[in-house]
Amino acid sequence: MSIEILMPALSPTMTEGNLTKWLVIEGQEVKAGDVIAEIETDKATMEVEAVDEGFVEKLFFKDGDVNIPVNKPIALISGDKKLKSKKINEKTGTVDKKIKESKKSSTQPIEEDVPVDNEHITMREAIRDTIAEEMRKDKKVFILGEEVAEYQGAYKVTQGLLDEFGDKRVIDTPISEQGFTGLAVGAAFKGLTPIVEFMTFNFSMQAIDQIINSAAKTLYMSGGQINCPIVFRGPNGAAAQVAAQHSQDFSSWYSHVPGLKVLAPSTPFNAKGLLRSAIRDPNPVIFLENEILYGLKGEISSDDNFTIPFGKANIAKEGTDTTIVTYSIMLQKTLHAAKILKNEFNLEIEVIDLQSLRPIDSETIINSVKKTNRIVTVEESWPIASIGSEIVNIIQKNAFDDLDAPIIKVNSADVPMPYSSSLEKLYLPQIDDIVKAVKEVNYI
Amino acid sequence: MKKLTKSEHIKIYSYMMKIRRFEERSSQLYGMGHIGGFCHLYIGQEAVVVGVLMTIKKNDSVVTTYRDHGHMIARGLELKKIMAELTGRAEGYSSGKGGSMHMFSKENNFYGGHGIVGAQVPIGTGIAFTHKYNDDKNICRTYIGDGAMNNGQVFEAFNLAALWKLPALYIIENNKYGMGTSVDRAAAGSDLYKRGEAFGIKGEIIDGMNVYSVIKAAAKAGEYVRSGKGPYILEVQTYRYRGHSMSDPAKYRTKAELEEYKNSDPIEIVKEEIIKKKIATNKELEKIGKEIIKEVKTAADFALESNFPENKELFTDVYL
Repeated sequence: MSIEILMPALSPTMTEGNLTKWLVIEGQEVKAGDVIAEIETDKATMEVEAVDEGFVEKLFFKDGDVNIPVNKPIALISGDKKLKSKKINEKTGTVDKKIKESKKSSTQPIEEDVPVDNEHITMREAIRDTIAEEMRKDKKVFILGEEVAEYQGAYKVTQGLLDEFGDKRVIDTPISEQGFTGLAVGAAFKGLTPIVEFMTFNFSMQAIDQIINSAAKTLYMSGGQINCPIVFRGPNGAAAQVAAQHSQDFSSWYSHVPGLKVLAPSTPFNAKGLLRSAIRDPNPVIFLENEILYGLKGEISSDDNFTIPFGKANIAKEGTDTTIVTYSIMLQKTLHAAKILKNEFNLEIEVIDLQSLRPIDSETIINSVKKTNRIVTVEESWPIASIGSEIVNIIQKNAFDDLDAPIIKVNSADVPMPYSSSLEKLYLPQIDDIVKAVKEVNYI
Repeated sequence: MKKLTKSEHIKIYSYMMKIRRFEERSSQLYGMGHIGGFCHLYIGQEAVVVGVLMTIKKNDSVVTTYRDHGHMIARGLELKKIMAELTGRAEGYSSGKGGSMHMFSKENNFYGGHGIVGAQVPIGTGIAFTHKYNDDKNICRTYIGDGAMNNGQVFEAFNLAALWKLPALYIIENNKYGMGTSVDRAAAGSDLYKRGEAFGIKGEIIDGMNVYSVIKAAAKAGEYVRSGKGPYILEVQTYRYRGHSMSDPAKYRTKAELEEYKNSDPIEIVKEEIIKKKIATNKELEKIGKEIIKEVKTAADFALESNFPENKELFTDVYL
């Protein structure tokens, strides 16, 4: 009887993996627990173990094959001993050598994520490259956080930085958010430019006093004497099935605070332009990434000094019938919904990607509503006092007479994030929710 | 430690007197409604900051708590600009936007004036981190009240400072009460100077009513930190004569206790030493005292005659 070995899901957000290398060959005997392959996930390179004993009958992929979907068979394990002798006879003498080589190379550092096409890279590469580029230009810039150095980043965003810049500028911290955040704020007061990586923004709540009371307010409290050039960055919002304490969206929390600037990239292109603006800014900047977007590929600007200014939204898609204002991960769902609305209802949707939540680009939103007369906001945060709530205020004040329908906000459910995948789907705004909201403001 | 010169003795006396007279005047202006909000006076604790001042280098940094007026005076900042800040005037160190608890002087390496108990400790540790990053041989002194010694981030900062051998000198000003709660009712194991031991940080306890003890210990501790050996903790035993803030009647302690400390008044100790050593006569010291009263009055007059910030200032200094 043969057993299929499937591409395993090794992280909550993994949808596909790369077969870095096989540690077995066809015909080799394996026992349960033997490491048979190295798989590169969206976060790290992991070892895959055999769960049953038998003989490797077939390897469906070769070393270096990429983008293999989760749950796709990658190998076949058989209990048939005849197969063993046949295969081994064919490959006499090569088994030991190959395994030895594999073991040797598996202890070497993780290879850098070198993109094939320099103009077309993932979000995580865009962020990593921008950090590296700015660190090359300015010795005052350094990065600290949990697992940013030797581990190469919990989400591989800081991969390779330790090798290039050394442990003076790429600093592993203990799990001590309040301590290292306060320390970084002090360093910024004294003239350095720290980039603080929160493993996720959920943990920034441990340090929120230092972010708000110290980083955001000191310029004001010192009458303009002491500024705080610092970037707080990391994944924000829901990943996949990590439940209530690890899925929170902080866009509205931080956007509430004068003294902070808040950015939320949605593509590799704007991640580069926005992050460069953040690092170069003399004020504290909250840079809200999204774990699910880390693998998103896209074009980037070839200009090494390309920046996107604060307070400038991007019209991701022009349209005349309804405005949808969104940001971060919801941009993709919104664009998808816009396609459906065009195909099924012939509605031309204008999609505004905010990019910058504080300052917010009121002008672009108002002008769009004056054209479309209808607006829906789409975001992952909870509904009460959200970014959408602020947009409702902006529109009622500036474009009241232009509205042909009440404004509808699409948010996550007003409950803590549930664990179960079925409930999680219900909790988060889905494409159907967006379609429904747009239909409603169009009285369809 | 080298012997103090005559002029250094006089400097110590003058600074301590300046702080006391300034704080007395602040108390008066508070009573008259010219100073608002929270106002925490330093009276009784003068020997701590002035003792440390005698060991400080110009480019060393300082961070402290909200009981900061004395610290600013000791850092050589102008009385009139401090008083202008207390009274919320445009000429104040923070343009009237910080007030008593939030004053800063970047050019004097004075990084606040922090209103959140314990928050200044990671910040001071970060300034020490910067001194090390820049390899400039300067150190950062972070003052901590006894009340903050039960606050989690203080220990996070100790861990980081010890882990990375940062040039951080932590000075615990133990004035016996965190607001109205005595140290033994707040800290399990009241030896605050030992609280760095788990991180391998050396600590020492000293008499903070006697400026000469403070100078000796602060010089030694400063040298230790500057030599690259990592952080050090000094617990300075002191006492505040007034309540926690202006609105505190201090009913949690006895009059006898207060009198006992007043009998070992830090300024009297300096005065006796100066007269005993024949550095100056009582009369000469009185003259200095009168000059200081005049200086403080000038500062108060300056503050009260200064303008309040213009309305447009409400919206400045939010972003650089």
